[in-house]
Amino acid sequence: MSTTPVIYLDHAATTPMVPEAIAAMTEELARLGNPSSLHNAGRRARRVVEEAREQIAEVFGARASEVIFTSGGTEADNLAVKGLFWARRTADARRRRILTTAIEHHAVLDSVRWLSDTEGASADWLGVDAVGATRPEVLRAALESDPDSAAVVSVMWANNEVGTVQPVAALAEVAHEFGVPFHTDAVQAAAQLPVDFAASGADALTITGHKLGGPVGAGALILGRGLSPVPVLHGGGQERDIRSGTLDAPAIRAFAVAAVISARGRAEEARRLAALRDDLVRQVLAAVPDAVLNGPPSGPGRLPGNAHFSFPGCEGDALLLLLDARGIACSTGSACTAGVAEPSHVLLAIGADDARARGSLRFSLGHSTTQSDVDALGAVIGETVTRARRAAAG
Amino acid sequence: MGLRVLAAMSGGVDSATAAARAVDAGHEVTGVHLALSQNPQSYRTGARGCCTLEDARDARRAADVIGIPFYVWDMADRFKQDVVDDFVAEYAAGRTPNPCLRCNEKIKFAAVLDRALALGFDAVCTGHYARIDDNGALNRAADTSKDQSYVLAVLTSDQIAHAMFPLGDTPKAKIRAEARQRGLLVADKPDSHDICFIADGDTRGFLARRLGEAPGQIVDQDGTVLGEHDGAYGFTIGQRKGLRVDRPAQDGRPRYVLGIEPVTRTVTVGSASGLEVLEITASRPVWTGCVPPVEPMECEVQLRAHGEVYPCSAQLDECGDLLIRLREPARAVATGQAAVLYDGDTVLGSATISATR
Repeated sequence: MSTTPVIYLDHAATTPMVPEAIAAMTEELARLGNPSSLHNAGRRARRVVEEAREQIAEVFGARASEVIFTSGGTEADNLAVKGLFWARRTADARRRRILTTAIEHHAVLDSVRWLSDTEGASADWLGVDAVGATRPEVLRAALESDPDSAAVVSVMWANNEVGTVQPVAALAEVAHEFGVPFHTDAVQAAAQLPVDFAASGADALTITGHKLGGPVGAGALILGRGLSPVPVLHGGGQERDIRSGTLDAPAIRAFAVAAVISARGRAEEARRLAALRDDLVRQVLAAVPDAVLNGPPSGPGRLPGNAHFSFPGCEGDALLLLLDARGIACSTGSACTAGVAEPSHVLLAIGADDARARGSLRFSLGHSTTQSDVDALGAVIGETVTRARRAAAG
Repeated sequence: MGLRVLAAMSGGVDSATAAARAVDAGHEVTGVHLALSQNPQSYRTGARGCCTLEDARDARRAADVIGIPFYVWDMADRFKQDVVDDFVAEYAAGRTPNPCLRCNEKIKFAAVLDRALALGFDAVCTGHYARIDDNGALNRAADTSKDQSYVLAVLTSDQIAHAMFPLGDTPKAKIRAEARQRGLLVADKPDSHDICFIADGDTRGFLARRLGEAPGQIVDQDGTVLGEHDGAYGFTIGQRKGLRVDRPAQDGRPRYVLGIEPVTRTVTVGSASGLEVLEITASRPVWTGCVPPVEPMECEVQLRAHGEVYPCSAQLDECGDLLIRLREPARAVATGQAAVLYDGDTVLGSATISATR
């Protein structure tokens, strides 16, 4: 095994847990109690969960009662999209249309596709521009064309691949003009942008712990109190009867600890990450002048920790292999379990051709990233791309 | 400092153990599973019960246990073009191809090797049972019952120079024990026997779906029509079963496929004596264990995988084809198969059988 220290530039996949979250979780793991039990041990565990709920609510501008804990972002997205679709259709059978974009995370994308394939939904893919942004006028036009058929709108807060920040508040406002609930996946935004549920106007918002320094396995759907999505998981009736299952008190506590810490230094951290990211972009473009930065330009329209390039004439998985061999961890897009490289649906949706989509690589920065990580990438990216080009030409 | 080695990992016990041995030998090893399925969707959507997906997982687990990086390379397009389409075209032309050989020639030690070299690797390591000697020549494995030199003999000297076969000196049974000892969970996984892209083992059905019905006549050596068939591609030289001939032979002895004529789709059958071959012409020869034999060269020849070895004399003819004269007749020699020349355990060269007499 290689002993090279890891240069970790894949924080969008998962980011290291902060020590305080590890300490809180470790402490809690040694304690007994099901938060739903009525006895002493249960009450103690419930107090931990409810305090965590209040902390998370405060961080994200919501009421404690609006926080529905889930196992993570995928489950929260499924609950929002499927649950709201089912509830809206049950109330009025005409409501079958789901309005969303083609650049959503697979947790939303594939939920919508599944509803279309098996549950009679019809997907309305809202157009995005060349950097991935969805304009409110596009949503308005789509809703206006047939308002009575709209079941739910789902547009992510910030894109996990190319870092596009969507005009969430404006989109939510348009959805509300037509009385349609608005969901947003804020998994990538939560650690780096001020995500305020109430101010955004969203009706449902997805967050997860492991993208902001907490553990994998704890996330939440923040859900406006007027909404009653049909549950995906049935059982003991926890979480307002919307999400059954014994609550994971240790993970939830650590999630809250990490969320509070992340929120405390967020503005300064966002500036730090944006500066590092801008330097990374500068170094990569200096070494590979024909590389293309995908997504929006640096600024408020882009996640501070995101850099995403297409390297003409390269295959992304060859670049990944070569960088991995040098101890640099990055990603060709969203993590894929099976391992066969597919051109990114996000890149294709913003107008990239197959070759540009396949030759792309994401570098995502987070709380443990330093200048030396960026410099380490800058030092090798040129020769790595040269080598990958040779492999692609062969 | 060892070499940078790319280990092709199929998900089976052999390639996993080969990769582990390469690590032990001091090389810097990276595991790669080749996604060859014609339905690559099965890799992506998490379909259950798909053997290729299961193999990819097994390979990944083995790489994790060994402690090496692991990637999946999508070679499905190349595999379809160079192996599957070739397989179908060869049968359509009345020949009997060996797809494993073609995969070694065109995929593992061509497409994969080229990509590996370009990425900075020095060699490709596989779990094949064969040995490479100090002169860079290919040799039979120590375990002759598992020997795979026949399907590797098509490789050129340059390809062999970048190949690594760490299992060649060990019997298969010991490899299983070693895999178990190493904690590789694939230690008891059954050997693969069938053609990997024909999961149900029904080659005739596979060909029929691609080539359609192409009925023709079954005749004896005198041209007497004995029956009909749905497609000449369903037959192989020397085949005895499934001939669907109504009348028994006059001499009462079993009948075999003697010839396949793809244009008229005529399949000729006859007695065993009609299968005997004394002279073979083979095309596109490669030489890795000797200089090309301009003069007749005494050696042995193997005419199919795991087949017998025949003493022979081999010589290049004026067209550059290889002319092989057997000392005693061989039976059921199919065009499209490789004729691999050996000197004892050493592979001298290989060529594709194009005609027999």
